[in-house]
Amino acid sequence: MKRVAIVGYAQHPILKNAGALNEVELIMPVVHQLFNDLGISQKDIDFTCSGSCDYLQGAAFAFVEGLSAIQTNPPIKESHVEMDAAWAMYESMLKIQMGDAETALIYGFGKSSPGDLDAIISLQMDPYYISPLWPDRVSLAALQARVLLDQNVITSEQMLASVIEARANSKNNTNALITDLIDESDYLNNEMVSSPLNKLDCPPISDGSSAMIIASEEKAYEFTDHPIWIEGIDHRIESSNLGSRNLATSNTLQASMNQLNLKNIKFDVAELHTQFSHELPFLKSLLNLQDVPTNLSGGPLVGNVMMCAGLDAIGKAYESLKENQLTHGLAHATSGPCLQHNMLVHLEAQK
Amino acid sequence: MSAEDTPKDYSESPINLEYFYTAGSATTRFLNQVKEGNIVGQGCPKCKAVYVPPRGSCPRCGVATDIEVPLTDKGCIESFTVVHIPIPGNPIVPPYVCAMIRLDGANISFLHLIQDVDIENIRIGMRIQAVWKPKEEWTHSLENIKWFAPIDEPDVDVATLRFQES
Repeated sequence: MKRVAIVGYAQHPILKNAGALNEVELIMPVVHQLFNDLGISQKDIDFTCSGSCDYLQGAAFAFVEGLSAIQTNPPIKESHVEMDAAWAMYESMLKIQMGDAETALIYGFGKSSPGDLDAIISLQMDPYYISPLWPDRVSLAALQARVLLDQNVITSEQMLASVIEARANSKNNTNALITDLIDESDYLNNEMVSSPLNKLDCPPISDGSSAMIIASEEKAYEFTDHPIWIEGIDHRIESSNLGSRNLATSNTLQASMNQLNLKNIKFDVAELHTQFSHELPFLKSLLNLQDVPTNLSGGPLVGNVMMCAGLDAIGKAYESLKENQLTHGLAHATSGPCLQHNMLVHLEAQK
Repeated sequence: MSAEDTPKDYSESPINLEYFYTAGSATTRFLNQVKEGNIVGQGCPKCKAVYVPPRGSCPRCGVATDIEVPLTDKGCIESFTVVHIPIPGNPIVPPYVCAMIRLDGANISFLHLIQDVDIENIRIGMRIQAVWKPKEEWTHSLENIKWFAPIDEPDVDVATLRFQES
């Protein structure tokens, strides 16, 4: 594998409702910030890839409009994934592996405020048997939370701890949407949305955007003195049929861990795309991260921009390694109901 | 064969999603002017291209179009088509003409109707001007313009309208 590094990352402040700002007006400032930080322009980028979901905007080919945020003249090589931008990073990684590019700009954007996110997310399910039932995202997550609690994989105390810690950690993240602290009684007195998940177990409706630049070994040091290397990246998906999955574990995540040989690595920090409170203790135990500082950014519980939060996990792990001079970081991105599709990214700072 | 045994070729699964659409802050500035009967494009600070209707960015340069450029309601037909097929819900009776309208001073065109002229006389490069609805009907929409109609000015060679990078 060619060595590839993250050389820059920028995130728009996460908003509850971006109001009149449209997607282009959300993307442009982060891309410009990234270019300014690195002292480069679109001309230094070989490949551009974005992640977004047209259903969030309610318009076909809405992602094409997003391109207006970046310079496309002279013509650029460009692609898009109808997924979280973490997968746009994966595609960019492949492009560099194939020798088609040395540098790539990745951006993700999403406004959840204009539509009904529960209904929209319902449409990602199998269109014949599940989507017509309109299962909402919280109820689907609650299914897995219930399985994990019933099988003693996690405890309700761990869910409470996830929520309290996320808010405490939000102080590390200037872009966080939710920053107010809560205590146990606030949590216990909150209304149930879909048992066992109450309102605080769920991520906030969020608007925002993020951008990242990755580069091959040859180019990385032209952009920064402190590249963070992508030592391993792997993603796997489980069945779209919820009934045929074992929701108490994740065979695919375990396969990814083996593929990336993570068993003997002592991680300094981890950022997981855990949107609901039960997912954090579940993945920490599955990924052997019990003693690893995890989601120091607060994670998706303090700001969850759809189609961005996975890229943000990678970006936040990158920032942690860079700013605190740490060595090993693990990032996780997910897609689909009940952690159906997962990506693991092993980041390493060069000593 | 009972009704339950009859093979089903399809099932209906209606989808209805509602959105609170926002035009974006740049387009909002434009529409606020349209409400007053003014057409104000936006210019790129780098390449100076003028966009109408503006979407807030110059895709050529990837920067915000923060220069307001007042335009007239006159221009020319950059391209057009004659529509013969009735579209359900569309009150206009075919045949009618849709044209790409290039306003004077703008670097992009937008779609609108051409009326008050025999279809066979419409041609690319023809000079036209907006025919507005009565002022009391004006809203935040280019529908404030009923259509564009020809004016008595010499045709334009549209090839000369191509954007020249300065």
